[in-house]
Amino acid sequence: MAKEIKVTMEKAIEKNINISSAIAEDENHAARIDAKDIKVWYEDFMAIKGITMKIKPNTVTAFIGPSGCGKSTFLRLFNRMNDYVDGFKMEGKIKLQGNNIYGKKVLVEELRKEIGMVFQKPNPFPKSIFENVAYGLKIQGIKDKKFINARVEKALKQADLWDEVKDNLKKSALALSGGQQQRLCIARTLAVEPSIILMDEPTSALDPISTAKIEDLIFELKEKYTIIIVTHNMQQASRISDYTAFFYLGELIEYDKTKTIFTKPSKKQTENYITGRFG
Amino acid sequence: MNSIQKNRLKDQLFKFWGIACTLFALILLVVFIGDILIDGIQRIDWDFITDLPSRKAEKSGIYTALMGSIWILLLTTIIAFPVGVAAGVYLEEYSKKNRLSALLEINISNLAGVPSIIYGLLGLEVFVRIMGLGASVLAGALTLSLLILPIIIVATRESVKAIPQSLRDASYALGASKWQTIWNQILPASGGGILTGVILALSRAVGETAPLIVVGALAYVPFAPASPMDEFSVLPIQIFNWISRPQHGFVENAAAAIIILLLITFVMNGIAVYFRNKWQKKLK
Amino acid sequence: MRKIKEFVIEKSLLSSALITIAVTFGIISVLAVEAFQFFSEVSIVDFLTDSQWTPLFTDKHYGILPLLSGTLLTSFIAISVALPVGLSISIYLSEYAPKSFRKTIKPLLELLASIPTVVYGFFALIVVTPFLQQIIPDLSGFNSLSAGIVMGIMIIPFISSLSEDALHAVPKAMREASYGMGATKLQTAFKVVVPAASSGIIVSIILAISRAIGETMIVAIAAGQQPRLTFDPTVPVETITAYIVQVSLGDVQHGSIEYRTIFAAGITLFVFTFLLNTLSFYIRKKYRQKYE
Repeated sequence: MAKEIKVTMEKAIEKNINISSAIAEDENHAARIDAKDIKVWYEDFMAIKGITMKIKPNTVTAFIGPSGCGKSTFLRLFNRMNDYVDGFKMEGKIKLQGNNIYGKKVLVEELRKEIGMVFQKPNPFPKSIFENVAYGLKIQGIKDKKFINARVEKALKQADLWDEVKDNLKKSALALSGGQQQRLCIARTLAVEPSIILMDEPTSALDPISTAKIEDLIFELKEKYTIIIVTHNMQQASRISDYTAFFYLGELIEYDKTKTIFTKPSKKQTENYITGRFG
Repeated sequence: MNSIQKNRLKDQLFKFWGIACTLFALILLVVFIGDILIDGIQRIDWDFITDLPSRKAEKSGIYTALMGSIWILLLTTIIAFPVGVAAGVYLEEYSKKNRLSALLEINISNLAGVPSIIYGLLGLEVFVRIMGLGASVLAGALTLSLLILPIIIVATRESVKAIPQSLRDASYALGASKWQTIWNQILPASGGGILTGVILALSRAVGETAPLIVVGALAYVPFAPASPMDEFSVLPIQIFNWISRPQHGFVENAAAAIIILLLITFVMNGIAVYFRNKWQKKLK
Repeated sequence: MRKIKEFVIEKSLLSSALITIAVTFGIISVLAVEAFQFFSEVSIVDFLTDSQWTPLFTDKHYGILPLLSGTLLTSFIAISVALPVGLSISIYLSEYAPKSFRKTIKPLLELLASIPTVVYGFFALIVVTPFLQQIIPDLSGFNSLSAGIVMGIMIIPFISSLSEDALHAVPKAMREASYGMGATKLQTAFKVVVPAASSGIIVSIILAISRAIGETMIVAIAAGQQPRLTFDPTVPVETITAYIVQVSLGDVQHGSIEYRTIFAAGITLFVFTFLLNTLSFYIRKKYRQKYE
């Protein structure tokens, strides 16, 4: 019995190493995204009009811009979440560590384990706190309880939620507050140990205190992960990001160090937006 | 094969299974209708519709049953339509959240699920015996009216609910009373939806067999009803009667009568869908 | 003047609504009064335990069990067909199918539910039974198998349509969270969407069972008129509903014990469906609150 568990655990760990091996070459287990000449249509509407950009490892990159500018659409290309949208069409290449993620042999499920996502509104499953965090492991077919328990605890600690929930792991996730739910969703993402985390306006539904906690968390996570965050809050972008990309009408207007963007932007449109003249 | 590939395979297999199930249901629909058409279409001619029932299959027609169905349809509409719409309007526009409205709601939901044959027992005791209507068209229509009442009420409520509050506010602001608002604004605006529900309910009534058998509708009636107090048969009962006979000629008759019945049902459903689409466009 | 008019209108609308209460009251009292008189002549213990139902013969027995077993057997067969097929269709339509496909298929499936049941009876007797007899030579002309299967086909849209509504009501964010973790559509459907929609799905199943138990014409035509306590699907049986039809077709005197048997049978049927419907109502109420 004990032997069996050990074998499953070894398998599970081994599998995880396999998946990450391509990325682990990069220092600090972080990845780089390289998007080239991306165009996206929904039916006849052109949502992205040719964007090229590189995301640097172990940084926080913020996507800003007025609603409808394509920043969320662009973010969701990285883990192929747009694939299920009716009428979605894409041109261009997105490479993760040099591999085309829209290639024919790519398994989206594998990609999404590597690139986690946190959504606009906290969206925990109607299950217990524990089951929420363990979900990603269980769908991979991992059954070893010790391994799962350890991962759940680790992820909840990383998401700064462990102390608040450790005594009620069996409680429904829906009973948590909005801020706690969002940290749970972050823990859920961390549990499968991705290398990149996409965040789509993760604090827009939260109060200022919960927002501050999440921002602190993002700052801590930067050490281990590459984070891309879509936000409509410019203060937030300037507080937490290293790089900022400004999108407007489906185009990437300006992309630079956050400091540069907020102090001396090179484009008029960027300046107008960050000074609040439109958007 | 790693676990992701296995999961993907399962995913694809389920997808095909889902398509197969959907097609299974649709193919059966086609097979059924096709089979009926093959069995019955050559039996349909003008005589089949205008002939009285007979002992001989080839001489039998559906005239009395068809007339009975039309009588039932008309009387049921006259009875169920005003009552159902009135009750629906009351529940949506007047009723306050209290015990009575809660009781009405659970009651209507429950009535919608009562088997149709139970309505037959109610009709038999109340309309046929106590009110002394006998096995008449009127007793049958009253029974079916009660049967489809819940459907009309629910459809009315949903159509009225779909009307935006702004329309009511505009009417009240001009000094209209509650009833004036309902009569002049809400009913015309929700009419398409209500009509859809009523037609669907009536198409259900046309196909009902069991409650009318219990009420005492006859399998063999020599004449078409001339007044609401006359005895009657209806198409589904005629079909049932023919199915039960061993000679092949009657099976052919049953198939032919089913074609007529399905035609009526599908046309009514088609009209209902047409009104619903038109109404939903208008609502937007 | 205007006030009086408004008052009169409100009260007359109210009385229309109250008719529905009168209907329920009427059903219960009619069934109760006749059944009460029935039970003054037949002991309720015999009714519930006697294994024969022969009110129309000289050697009279009044045991409901044979009718009940016929009803449960045909319903069981129907649900065994409708549940897997109906649920699979609902999951396919809600999770996999393109929107346009879903929009065309759903009304077509609902067409299955609009076909009069006497027509299904015809299929069961004239088409399905002869077909099954080629596979099972011992199958008798009247049997619960073919009646049950055809009833199952009739019930498919009840389950597929209502379940699809419930699945569709699950917020998209829930699916995205699951896809985002690397789950397949199948895993998402069974681990997240179906559990979240479970109350709605359960309601659809309960309503389908209730519908099967109360279904009359298919079983009256294709399952036979021989009350017998059996779970053999190849032999003729009789359901509660088919018995009521059988008696109604004959010439039974009002006030006779034979006349009252149909009410005793009716109240048994009513109790079953009433419990199922009430249960589904409460589940539905709870579920509605969850998403609003």
